[in-house]
Amino acid sequence: MMAYLLRRLRDAIPILLGVNLLTFTLFFVVNTPDDMAHMHLGAKHVTPQAVAQWKTEHGYDLPLFYNSAHTDIDSVTDTIFFNKSLRMFALDFGAADDGRDIANEIKTRAGPSLAIAVPVFILGLLVNISFALMMVFFRHTYLDGLGVVLAVVLMSISGLFYIIAGQFFIAKLWHWLPISGFATGIDAWRFVLLPVLISVVGGIGSGTRWYRSIFLAEIGKDYVRTARAKGLSESRILFRHVLQNGMIPILTGAVVVLPLLFMGSLLTESFFGIPGLGSYVIDAIQAQDFAIVRAMVFIGAVLYLVGLWLTDIAYSWADPRVRLS
Amino acid sequence: MMPVVLWTDALIYLLVISMALMLYFQPADGQLREALRRLYQNKMGIITGWILLMFTLLALLDSLHYRPVLPDSPTPQYSIEVMSALDAVLQPLRAHNEKTYSAPLAQHLYVKENVTLANGLVVRDYPRLNIAQTPQPEVSVLLLRGTSWGMAAILLIWLVMRLFHVRHTMGAGSWVLIIVLLGTMLLISLAGHYHILGTDKVGQDVLYSTLKSIRTGLLIGTLTTLIMLPFAVLMGISAGYFGGWLDDVIQYIYTTLNAIPSVLLIAAAVLMMQVYIETHPALFDSSAARTDFRLLFLCIIIGVTNWTGLCRLLRGETLKLRELDYVQAARAFAVSDMRIMLRHILPNLFHLILISVVMDFSGLVLAEAVLSYVGVGVDPAMQSWGNMINAARLEMAREPVVWWPLVAAFSFMFTLVLAANLFADSVRDAFDPKGHA
Amino acid sequence: MVMIRAFLLSLLLLLSACDHAVNNSPYPATDKQVNTLYSSFEERPKHLDPALSYSSNESEIIAQIYEPPLQYHYLKRPYTLIPQTLTAMPSVRYLDAAGRVLPDDAPLASIAQSVYELHLRPGIYYQPHPAFARNPQGQLRYAHLTAADWADIHDWRDFKQVGTRELVAADYVYQIRRLASPQLNSPIFGVMAEYIVGLADYSKQLLAVPNATYLDLTRYPLAGVELVNRYTYRIHIRGKYPQFSYWLAMPFFAPVPPEVDAFYHQPGMVAHNFTLDWHPVGTGAYQLTVNDPNRQMVLTRNPNYHPAFYPSDGNEGDAAAGLLRDAGKRLPFIDAQVFSLEKESIPYWNKFLQGYYDLSGISSDSFDQAVELNAQGNPELTPAMRAQGMSLVTAVTASNSYMGFNMLDNVVGGLSERARKLRLAIAIAVDYEEFISIFANGRGIPAQGPIPPGIFGYQDGVQGMNPLVYQNNNGKITRRPIADAQGLLAEAGYPNGRDAKTGAPLVLYFDTAANGPDAKSRLDWMVKQFAKLNIQLVIRGTDYNRFQDKMRRGNAQIFEWGWNADYPDPENFLFLLYGANGKVAHGGENAANYQNPQFDALFDQMKYLDNTPARLAIINQMLALVREDSPWLFGYFPKAFSLRQAWVAPTKPNVIANNTLKYRKIDPVLREKLREKWNQPVLLPLFWLAIVSVILILPALWAWRRHERSRAL
Repeated sequence: MMAYLLRRLRDAIPILLGVNLLTFTLFFVVNTPDDMAHMHLGAKHVTPQAVAQWKTEHGYDLPLFYNSAHTDIDSVTDTIFFNKSLRMFALDFGAADDGRDIANEIKTRAGPSLAIAVPVFILGLLVNISFALMMVFFRHTYLDGLGVVLAVVLMSISGLFYIIAGQFFIAKLWHWLPISGFATGIDAWRFVLLPVLISVVGGIGSGTRWYRSIFLAEIGKDYVRTARAKGLSESRILFRHVLQNGMIPILTGAVVVLPLLFMGSLLTESFFGIPGLGSYVIDAIQAQDFAIVRAMVFIGAVLYLVGLWLTDIAYSWADPRVRLS
Repeated sequence: MMPVVLWTDALIYLLVISMALMLYFQPADGQLREALRRLYQNKMGIITGWILLMFTLLALLDSLHYRPVLPDSPTPQYSIEVMSALDAVLQPLRAHNEKTYSAPLAQHLYVKENVTLANGLVVRDYPRLNIAQTPQPEVSVLLLRGTSWGMAAILLIWLVMRLFHVRHTMGAGSWVLIIVLLGTMLLISLAGHYHILGTDKVGQDVLYSTLKSIRTGLLIGTLTTLIMLPFAVLMGISAGYFGGWLDDVIQYIYTTLNAIPSVLLIAAAVLMMQVYIETHPALFDSSAARTDFRLLFLCIIIGVTNWTGLCRLLRGETLKLRELDYVQAARAFAVSDMRIMLRHILPNLFHLILISVVMDFSGLVLAEAVLSYVGVGVDPAMQSWGNMINAARLEMAREPVVWWPLVAAFSFMFTLVLAANLFADSVRDAFDPKGHA
Repeated sequence: MVMIRAFLLSLLLLLSACDHAVNNSPYPATDKQVNTLYSSFEERPKHLDPALSYSSNESEIIAQIYEPPLQYHYLKRPYTLIPQTLTAMPSVRYLDAAGRVLPDDAPLASIAQSVYELHLRPGIYYQPHPAFARNPQGQLRYAHLTAADWADIHDWRDFKQVGTRELVAADYVYQIRRLASPQLNSPIFGVMAEYIVGLADYSKQLLAVPNATYLDLTRYPLAGVELVNRYTYRIHIRGKYPQFSYWLAMPFFAPVPPEVDAFYHQPGMVAHNFTLDWHPVGTGAYQLTVNDPNRQMVLTRNPNYHPAFYPSDGNEGDAAAGLLRDAGKRLPFIDAQVFSLEKESIPYWNKFLQGYYDLSGISSDSFDQAVELNAQGNPELTPAMRAQGMSLVTAVTASNSYMGFNMLDNVVGGLSERARKLRLAIAIAVDYEEFISIFANGRGIPAQGPIPPGIFGYQDGVQGMNPLVYQNNNGKITRRPIADAQGLLAEAGYPNGRDAKTGAPLVLYFDTAANGPDAKSRLDWMVKQFAKLNIQLVIRGTDYNRFQDKMRRGNAQIFEWGWNADYPDPENFLFLLYGANGKVAHGGENAANYQNPQFDALFDQMKYLDNTPARLAIINQMLALVREDSPWLFGYFPKAFSLRQAWVAPTKPNVIANNTLKYRKIDPVLREKLREKWNQPVLLPLFWLAIVSVILILPALWAWRRHERSRAL
């Protein structure tokens, strides 16, 4: 296990390096340090001197990759790439271009993001599995056919529609919940409920369809036939055996997204005014704040890799024949 | 007029032609023919297939671009505005502009204005629409008229078929055609007198913009996967077939790409493209060229974030196929690697590729709307459902609510995506009858 | 379905649990009936440092906190400066090159310096702040934070001790020095360096100082600003600059205590986001107590606020409007103002209708619901709004929104007859009356020149009409017919939008950074306007950075731009067309790069004059020149409409000053009553939902049971 983790860690480094290099190149082609300076200094009365000073102040006055002013190791380290990108391996994200500390901001924003993403994940899993089971359970009735059609219809509706319609009816017309906003502490539930509800409903279509096919595949297997021959009731077969065995592919599949929950949801957060990491990313894109985008890309990449490892571990745990090699 | 071939036009026609060739030259007993036969027996497949075909025809019509010639000029001069064949067909919709919002089938504007009455008095009232300056025939009359036209057309077709002794049994496809024919006639009969889906903020016909958006949606849905398809196939197969360092490199590439949150990658790339457009203004002299380039680039960059899934899938399958007896035998006879991959491996992966292309389609159409919302979608000047939905965010806050642009965009998008989803299911069933319960 | 039912049940329970019903309040339940004003902010303010902040959304906050020496009278119009922390208005003396005092009416050329002397009122104290806290020995408690101190400090509230100090003239002097600090890059440094004696050199001197985290400006004196005594300081201005008094009413000249600046520059502060840019410290009526830019900012009453009173004199009609009812009462009235982050217009407007915001600017798209124009074209509230007890306040903002031509462009630019006529033709064709009615719902005035109403030099009616674009129809000003524009276009060499020689269509480019929901319709509209002349307009849309870059390089052709007044003087608008402010050549604010020597000469005269008929005559000459050259389509002057809920006391809109929170007043009891009335939940849909699911499930259960039974047989 330890050896596995160490090897995985070693493999991760070139990948993260590649991720950094790619985003770094992309963004610096887009935004020269001059652009960033102008952007942050505002529209009125900006002098070239102020631009130069802003660049010095924020460390953007260095060469990108290679500093020919030095001959020693500094020629590589005294560059924007090293200072801004490689520092992140030490989890040193520095300050955003607007001067705020990024690590601090991520810390405060992770909470609201998780407050939405975790309930959506758990509730979504529960609802989708129950619906899928129900459809399998009633597979000889019209309910299954209706369910499949409904699932396809639900997944053909744009996610934006769910949000717009949800806000319109639940918050505006019926006054059930606040239309947007967030609060800390126990009062948060009123703000979390609507986005969670909408996200779960929006995910029912594809989720149910996917889990249904897993359960159906499971129900066609030999052991189910044996169990049936033994005279077990249909509901017992379904809830005991099929559910248990079907959960393995479902859970191992879900593990990969687990770390990414941390990143929050772009759309939900910005529509509902949730101060999480998703809206942080959107704001950063719109403000073209490269420092934040860079940090979020890095974190996203790390979480993605963690998700991959967790999947491996989950497989080996669920199926002892698979070794961590 | 001067024909204009935009990049996406060229690609979409290339795609259509290559698909036609593929269907034409397929082996008579091949897997593809067998699957098509099964697809043709599937009622859902037929219906959705026809619907998709209708959308595709509109998109293809909208992909024939030209610059109209300007009148009275010594040397031929062309307008800078790029039109499409669809624009020409929809000229009545284009021509009737209002000042601002009007509801579907309305005769008056949706907002009050100062109207000078005949006696010189100025009152606040809803002014008549430009299209309805004189009272227009009742909607019911027009509906009736459209229906009778439609009936007549159907009867005509039936008579012609009888005349030439064409044998035909009524299937699901025929019903779809009949409905489409009737619908078109109704639209034609209404369109001259009303704005069927109302008008938008600057008074353009919403039906027109919705129809124009079809091309954008379809292109994003198809080009995105197809542009990156050669890479995905080549890399996936070679990684699985050769293994070793090549496998490592390819795995490294797709893991790295996958690790970057795709919205961020798309945003960065779209911004980069804008820099390119700004620094090369000579290449993009018309609005059409600019918006088209942005669309193409968007397709490419979404493709880059999307191809890794397919690549990984193909790699896995190739790993399995490589171990099969006949592949091993071919290797033993020193058949060249290239030949093995083309002859033995690729055909066995074909259904996977096709299924993945069809399955991705609907997700991509939906993604366009979300990207427009984030501000990194298609050009704001381009007609797309995403842009329409984006604009509707303000319209929904109005009171009384301006609902029709949103409803129009959502329902067209919904129809396309639903049809695509159901069609994808049918295709999967047809190609992989056992794999799916 | 079981899940859904369980979920609905719990939802019902939750809803009924809070049985006094209002469940959609975005505020904590404890906040009922508090004397708090609720409003919103759209994006987080970038800077709250008075040396940096320059946006209206920032001034809305810091103007309540920082007190520059002067302020605008709340009620008097035209806008009048009065002392805020001073005993009297600053005295001005003119000196010649030798330093001799000149009489007030000395000729301009002889004035080398103007000296402003400002005398503070004693007894003004800062808000409580840890930087002022002292230990029993009388030393600053938090001036030398150690690692041990930081172990206990994570949050702003962990600074347990606070203190205060009297406001002294040195604080004002310190802030003026900060304007030159290379570590800050104040946006007005460029402008001020031209006027404040020695400021430019001072900045160079500071640049030479070796880089350190904290640049202690108390150690570097600035020649042009002298500290006379504890309460008095003088500012030396190069030449004569009558507009300088206006700057003294802006937060750039507010006091900053040196110990506060030093406090924030200690190691560890930035990593906790403790900076002067985020935690302002002032003497004003309010202090910023909650500063979570991701969610909420809260201003609360400053307990140390000096005595200040509601004005007892105003303009005619103010008394009738109920604006003098609090005359002579001690300010402020409201305990706190809560700003909540609200990025989307739909939630914002709906919350306002539900009573959760007290004041609202009306976004264009909600306009029809709130306001209708009566037959005379005057706005009034719709019956629905009046039923909710709201009232409408309108004001023309001190800003303009125009469309500029890049005068350096070789098609639309230059002062040649051809280009001039082309621009005039476009000026007639682009119908701003329609623009205002579609995109601003009538909230604007078509502009006849660059100077907006309320600023000296603006003239109403036919007198102020731009005769080249408009005409006088029996006293009614109407846009010239499109035929005039077509005629001008033909004279310019493009009959019917085609080049007279080659027949090639005239193609123009519109550069924009427009993005967002409204962008497409605006651009479509713009294309439609040019199409009236058969001119083909190509939209070059791009992101904000690229657009700014294009403007700086002069690569744009036609663009939209606007200006928000810094102060109510025509100079602040006419300088946008002054040649030496050209954007490309000088990096100034003249975005059109317009340069007409005649105009520039007149500007140099006008600048130094008081608001006299002579000045008006010069301004009229300048306006005639710009109308003739038409470097801008003057566009329109936006009107600000705002709605006030029934529980908010009347206020007078003030488009220049921002420190108006202290004059506001609300009735929290009425607010609570109305909120409860307006927000009763509608529970019927829940009931229907339950019924529908039962209808769906029951037959299925029955069918399944039958299936089971048939199998059992």
